[in-house]
Amino acid sequence: MVLKVEDLHKTYAGNKVLNGVSFEIDRGQIKVICGPSGSGKSTLLRCLNLLTHPDKGRVWLEQQEITGEVDDVNKVRQKIGFVFQDFNLFNHLTALKNVSIALEIVRKMKRDEARDLALKELRKVNLADDAHKFPAELSGGQKQRVAIARALAMNPVIMFYDEPTSALDPHLIGEVLDVMKKLAQEKLTSLVVTHEIGFARSVADEIMFMGDGKILERGPPNQIIENPKHEVVQQFFKRINELYRRNE
Amino acid sequence: MIAFWDTFLPRIFAASVITIELVVVSVPIGVALAIILGVARVYGNRPVSLVATSIVGIFRGFPAIVTLFIIFFALPDMGVYFSSFWSAVLGFVLVTGAYQSEYVRGSIQSVQTGQSLAAQALGMSKSQEVVHIILPQALRAALPGISNEIIYLILYSSLASYIGVEEIFGVARSFNSLAFRPIEIFLTAGLIYAAIATVCFAGFRMLERKLRIPGLEAAR
Repeated sequence: MVLKVEDLHKTYAGNKVLNGVSFEIDRGQIKVICGPSGSGKSTLLRCLNLLTHPDKGRVWLEQQEITGEVDDVNKVRQKIGFVFQDFNLFNHLTALKNVSIALEIVRKMKRDEARDLALKELRKVNLADDAHKFPAELSGGQKQRVAIARALAMNPVIMFYDEPTSALDPHLIGEVLDVMKKLAQEKLTSLVVTHEIGFARSVADEIMFMGDGKILERGPPNQIIENPKHEVVQQFFKRINELYRRNE
Repeated sequence: MIAFWDTFLPRIFAASVITIELVVVSVPIGVALAIILGVARVYGNRPVSLVATSIVGIFRGFPAIVTLFIIFFALPDMGVYFSSFWSAVLGFVLVTGAYQSEYVRGSIQSVQTGQSLAAQALGMSKSQEVVHIILPQALRAALPGISNEIIYLILYSSLASYIGVEEIFGVARSFNSLAFRPIEIFLTAGLIYAAIATVCFAGFRMLERKLRIPGLEAAR
């Protein structure tokens, strides 16, 4: 088991954002979280890599509990690849340096070594030719692929994606999803917050639907998308399906 | 007429060298202090940020000339001696450091939180994040303000004459009390300050251009 979450709670300013979330992810599994905005999806991810601390509940990463007294929070985060909705590339660094900087200063790799590995990761996301460009010179889709390469370079045990395509123009979503699908097929353990039901259908082992800080319903993609039991989930996918049909 | 310029020019040029020395020594130490104060105010725990805030408050609050007089005249009474030159340097470092730290603080706070989140998510420590991610971006943004402060510093370095440093304005004043040619003397002094400031300004514009991040054009 790579990740185990038990009864996670988080309150922000009197708001119960997470209200008892539990699940597990095994090695090589891809799990997708969906749900309406404000349902606690992003907060969940941020609790899981300790960018914010849960009020209650426990989290284990590779059998090690990370919610109690942790010697080194940074060590925990190094094992988790995190891809943000709005990329968060380092603006002052080239694509290559964005990928290599943590290798140099966190992993303490030699500059040449870090550079070679970074270039290899950029090749994986089809951006080797743009390695010298700065974030402001890249499209949204390219930025997000650099961000994925940056996370991959650290050789994480699990990848978290926080709505990785929500900030992208529609015609750029495909190139990012293609990279994510490729990684999923390589069985890179992943937890993906997304509303891309096509992606979920083709690679997810399970969809967890969140609402009001809880997992309202969970199961195989087809069952959740086509035949949900919970009323909120039915409404949600009905609307998403209508939207997709209109786009087709 | 010729005799006047023959004696005045060499002396004012020698004084210019002193002024440039004052500035060249004070600026890097002042910038370093500004960065330390700015970082301490944003990231320091309560006592650290309180100390930094107090230092900034004092040296932005005191007129620069008062700071110089305290260092040169009052500190010796407490057993601490500095020469005229080093008293001036210390005073300028404190004053410019305090002023510049405000630009540093403001620009650190204007770096998007996402930059910090991404650094943390990669497992960087806070100091690695500040040194490698936040400061390189913040200092670029602070550069126009910092260069402005450095130009001010060049101009108020003239105050050093009041604690006995033989810099441009001091030499001009003492020369005038002998020659009584205020027009030539003070215009020349002013022009030399302006020349130094202009060179400095051009240097900073070049630096700004060199450090500009490709693709990130400023709003026009």
